[in-house]
Amino acid sequence: MSLDLFGSFALLLAFLCGIYAFCAGIAAIRTRKPLLIKSARHAGMAVCVLVWLAFASLAYLFFTDNFSMAYVVEHSNRTLATFLKFPAIWAGQEGSLLFWSFLLSIYVFSALFVYRNKHPELMPYVGVILAGIQLFFLTLNNFVVSPFKVLGLAGPNGVLQWVARGDGQGLNPLLQYPEMIIHPPVLYSGYTGFSIPFAFALAALLGRYPGEKWIHLTRRWTMIAWGFQSAGILLGAHWAYAVLGWGGYWSWDPVENASLMPWLTATAFLHSVMMQEKRGMMRVWNVWLVFITFILTILGTTLTRTGLVSSVHAFAQSDIGPWFFGFIGLIIVVCVVAYWRNRDYLRSDNTLDSLVSRESSFLFNNLILLVAVVAVLSGTLFPVLSEWVRGSKISVGAPFFNKVNLPIGLFLLFLTGVGPLLAWRKTSMASLRRNFGWPLALGIVAGGVGVALGLRNFYVIMCAILSVFVTLTILTEFFRGARVISARSGSNLLFSAGTLTLRNTRRYGGYVVHFGIVLIFIGISGAAFNQDKQMEMPVGAQMDIGPYHLTHQAFDTTQEANYSTEKATIAVDRDNRQVIMLYPEHRFYPSNQESGTMVAIYSTLKEDLYVVYAGRSPDTNQPVIHAYLNPLVKWIWLGGAIVVMGTLLALVPNQQPSFALRMAESRVPVPGSPAMAPIHVTRYESPHE
Amino acid sequence: MKVKTKFGIGIAIIVITLSSLAWIGAKESKTYYHTVAELPTLNSTEMRQRIRVGGDVAAGSIQHMPGRVDFTLKEADKTLHVSYVGSDPLPDTFKDGAQALVEGRAMPDGRFVAEQVQSKCASKYEAAPGGTIPADGAPQTAPADPRS
Repeated sequence: MSLDLFGSFALLLAFLCGIYAFCAGIAAIRTRKPLLIKSARHAGMAVCVLVWLAFASLAYLFFTDNFSMAYVVEHSNRTLATFLKFPAIWAGQEGSLLFWSFLLSIYVFSALFVYRNKHPELMPYVGVILAGIQLFFLTLNNFVVSPFKVLGLAGPNGVLQWVARGDGQGLNPLLQYPEMIIHPPVLYSGYTGFSIPFAFALAALLGRYPGEKWIHLTRRWTMIAWGFQSAGILLGAHWAYAVLGWGGYWSWDPVENASLMPWLTATAFLHSVMMQEKRGMMRVWNVWLVFITFILTILGTTLTRTGLVSSVHAFAQSDIGPWFFGFIGLIIVVCVVAYWRNRDYLRSDNTLDSLVSRESSFLFNNLILLVAVVAVLSGTLFPVLSEWVRGSKISVGAPFFNKVNLPIGLFLLFLTGVGPLLAWRKTSMASLRRNFGWPLALGIVAGGVGVALGLRNFYVIMCAILSVFVTLTILTEFFRGARVISARSGSNLLFSAGTLTLRNTRRYGGYVVHFGIVLIFIGISGAAFNQDKQMEMPVGAQMDIGPYHLTHQAFDTTQEANYSTEKATIAVDRDNRQVIMLYPEHRFYPSNQESGTMVAIYSTLKEDLYVVYAGRSPDTNQPVIHAYLNPLVKWIWLGGAIVVMGTLLALVPNQQPSFALRMAESRVPVPGSPAMAPIHVTRYESPHE
Repeated sequence: MKVKTKFGIGIAIIVITLSSLAWIGAKESKTYYHTVAELPTLNSTEMRQRIRVGGDVAAGSIQHMPGRVDFTLKEADKTLHVSYVGSDPLPDTFKDGAQALVEGRAMPDGRFVAEQVQSKCASKYEAAPGGTIPADGAPQTAPADPRS
């Protein structure tokens, strides 16, 4: 029984260490005593280790089927497959908040450890801010929604007695899916990761840390969190697609919107940060983007957990709302005060020179992303806002979000192609023609072919044109750089492109990310051609959808350890040849009286055949099959994988060229002002950090 | 023209275009929340709007008819008769006692014709732990369905 208590003691100790780290940190900033700085840092690290121990102990309770713990009883049972005990750990409010603290503590520990001997002016502030964030979550973990509550009962003598149950209530069937093991950790790693850039930005502001060093630090950590957030959002979309069985992957549900908003602001930051690095502009804007990103992550957590906005898959609701609102209020106050007192520290060095310049493309990129955030936020909070303003609760649906965000998406796609090729400060017409002439012409040709083939949807045609355009500009960029290297080193173009990428990973990794985004856009545009068909299909019945011919061959009812299932066996033919057998099924979990749908998908690059067994018809008791034909969906997942690869690439430190090559390159004449240098002249940025 | 003015115009065009799109989109998909008790008191303009109503599915009220599913929503002591005419199958979680959110239009005769039904279980995930423990505290097998 002692192990049941281990976790809650570890959490309590973590809370106490957190208070010490916070207070000692503040004292260290005031007194500048090296020993105190060190002690505060070590306390911060101890908090992290203790949170890990608490999480490990919760995991242990799940894996040993300890049904004396209330939380384990609610989310697990004996027949639950071992690998599904992982998602059970974070299936409820208590566990997911501890999981939150756990991931945050990994970040905090890394930051404190990596910079233990660096940035002595900055790190004490960072430590205090991170300890503050951890303290908030530890307060919830310890005193509000502890996962370590034991089942107790007052015995005959009035003494509370320990009670253990024989079995638990089992895991929500919607979560009994392998993706639920990866999706929450990845998405939470995104959410929690934005705490680090927030801490650095606020620390730099409070400590008036000189120079742009902090922005380099912030950018790296943002990129890590951004990569996780991107992957997490797409994994979530894929889970919704494969599990919820309604044929789509995105429904503008508050939970989805909550994860999208910080992603949008972080994307804006990753772009506008270059303005600060290269031109010393947008300092105020950048600091606020980092602040807002962090606030949006906390707001997102609030939305999904407090029932402020009703959502179909808000998985956990409770009365912890006031805590979160209080925390958000506190963060906003701290940010505003910190900004107001140090605003002169953020003054800009330069102003905008021209409408057609790299700066202006970043400016518009940021503006558009921010409009998207405002639209998504107001749409999500519409019921709350309308109740305040007009007294009646009004919600807006997908048409609202699509109307605003489709043009925004396409405009962003356009900037993705244009931005990287515009010169800083000012771009001449001649260079515009040189850089964009061919890609744009071929893009328009592609659009024309699309129209000739029968495309009529304006957005789809635009998406086709822009996708070709952006892909070509990205390829041209690689080609130009690779040609220069290849001419000097004698190696082939492909190898040179690799060398080029490794020498400026941030830039070329960024292009890879852009290419992934293009694929995602192509995938999304497929939704314009979705079709679906639903019919009663007794065994032997047939259905035609698109090029596919479906035959219902068999219908089975079986009993598994944890659930009973009804499964249809459907043969899929195409051009009179069988391509695959699909087994859509419907599972029933007796332990919690819930059921789940297992969608069967036949996925090709061209389209997904998505088959759902929708239950039995109430009139005839015959199985009902709902088939969807969703074009190009696979491109979204492919694009997502490429986005993640590009992000990883951008995080790899730059490789320096060999000495001889550097000599050769330094002789390349640079026409015009440095800012006008054609992009193929390889410029080396000093590796940051 | 000054660069700043150019930017101002550019920004204004973008913001105005997008806000008008947002306005149109909001108008198209606006749905009004009402409580079951409010429905009979609505005036004719309000009746024509798209309405969303939430409540609990009354036990034993779900009746499958050809082409539609009838059921009764309960909220406190008020009830609402709903006919679901949508083409999608009802969600798995839709059953007696579940919380349901129906979207559609109110009919003059007091019935509600729903095109969409969302539902979630009166969640066990919120149930206070320990609340259903038997008095003797003996180890138990699977606890009773918390929704019953």
